[in-house]
Amino acid sequence: MRTRSGICRIDCIVWSLAAVFLAHAAVAAVPPNQAIEPDAYAEECGACHTAYPARLLRPADWAVVLATLDRHFGVDASLDATALAAVARQLDVDPAVASAATTKATPRITQQGWFREEHDEVSAQQFRSPAVRSAANCNACHAGADRGQFDEHSVRIPR
Amino acid sequence: MSRKALVAATVLLAVPASADTPESLMRGYAEQARTTSASYAGPSPAAGRRLFHQQPRDWSCATCHTNQPVATGRHAITGKTIAPLSPVANPERFRDAAKVEKWFKRNCTDTLGRLCTSAEKADLISFLLSAQGGT
Ligand code: HEC
Ligand code: HEC
Ligand code: HEC
Repeated sequence: MRTRSGICRIDCIVWSLAAVFLAHAAVAAVPPNQAIEPDAYAEECGACHTAYPARLLRPADWAVVLATLDRHFGVDASLDATALAAVARQLDVDPAVASAATTKATPRITQQGWFREEHDEVSAQQFRSPAVRSAANCNACHAGADRGQFDEHSVRIPR
Repeated sequence: MSRKALVAATVLLAVPASADTPESLMRGYAEQARTTSASYAGPSPAAGRRLFHQQPRDWSCATCHTNQPVATGRHAITGKTIAPLSPVANPERFRDAAKVEKWFKRNCTDTLGRLCTSAEKADLISFLLSAQGGT
C-alpha cells in the first residue's frame, strides 16, 4: 500500500528537478549581450562551400545571388522565406529584393577583377587539381577562409 | 517506484528541446508512407542502398557522401568536405526534421531529378542506420 504523501514525494522530486533544470536552462539560454539569432548565413550558405565573407561582393551582387538560389550554379539552394530574410539581413540586402524574380546571371567572386589580380600566380591547373577542384573552394588553400581570413601567411596550395 | 521517478527525471534532464532522432524521423516517414499505401511493408535498408547508389544523371548520393557513408564526403563541384552522413559515424545527423526535409528536397532533386517519397526517405534512413552504417 502506498500513502498519498509517498506518491507526492516522487512527484515532488520530478517537479523540483524539472523546475531547477528549466530555470537553469532559461538562464543559460539567454546570456546577456550575446546574439540570440543564430548565424543563418554560416548555416545556410556555408554547407556546400566556404561561407564567403560578405565584404567579397557588393550588396547589389549578393541580392542577385539570393534572388537566383533556385538555379544556383546547377544546384537547388533555395531557402524558405524566413531563412532567406535572415540571410539577406546579414548580407545587407533588402529581403524584398532578395526574393524578387530576376533574369540576371548569378555573379561570382572568382570572376571579380581583384580576385584575378590576387591570384595571378595561381595557375588554372592548380585551381583544378584534385585536392582543390574549384577556385571557389577557398578553404583548400586558405585555412582560415570560413573565418574570413585570407592573409598571405596562411596560404598553402595543396598538391 | 522511486527508481521510475528518477529515470523520468533523468530523461527530462537529458533530452534537448528538439528531440528528433534518426529512428523517430524514420518512423515518421514510414507512417506517412503507410497512409498512402495500405500494403506498405515498412522501411527497407536494401531498397535504401539501391536508391543511394542510383545514378540517373550526373550524380548519385554516393558522389558527395561516398560509397561508405560512415566516411567523410566531398562536394562534387565545390570540393568542400562533408561530414559523414551516416548517424552511426556522425551523431549530429538526422536530429532536426526541418533540416532533414530541406536536404532531402534539394539532394533528391539535384541527384534524381525529382522529390523522394516518404517511403524512400524511410528506406534511406534505415540503410544509413544499418549495422555497417550504410556500407
Ligand atoms: C546546395 C549547395 C549550395 C548551397 C546551399 C549554397 N551554394 Fe553557393 N554554390 C554552390 C555551388 C555548386 C557553386 C559553384 C561552385 C563552383 O563553381 O566551384 C556555388 C557558388 C557560389 C558563389 C560563387 C563562387 C565563385 O565562384 O565566386 C557564391 C557567391 C555563392 N555560391 C553564394 C551562396 C550563398 C549566398 C548561399 C546561401 C544563400 C549559397 N551559396 C548556398 C552550391 C551551394
Ligand atoms: C589554389 C589555391 C587558392 C584558392 C582555391 C584560393 N586562393 Fe586566394 N590566394 C591564393 C594564393 C597563392 C594567394 C596569394 C598569396 C600571396 O599574396 O602570396 C591568394 C591570395 C588571396 C587574397 C589576398 C590576400 C592578401 O592578404 O594579400 C584574397 C583576399 C584571397 N586569396 C581570397 C580568396 C577567396 C575568397 C577564395 C575563394 C573564393 C580564394 N582566395 C581561393 C591561393 C588560393
Ligand atoms: C552534390 C553533392 C551532394 C549530393 C549528390 C547529395 N548530397 Fe546530401 N548533402 C550534401 C551537402 C553539401 C549537405 C549539407 C552539408 C552537411 O550537412 O554536412 C548534405 C546533407 C544531406 C542530408 C542532411 C542530413 C542531416 O541531418 O544533417 C541528407 C539527409 C542528405 N544529404 C541526403 C542525401 C541523399 C539521400 C542524396 C541522394 C539522393 C544526397 N544527399 C546527395 C551534398 C550532396
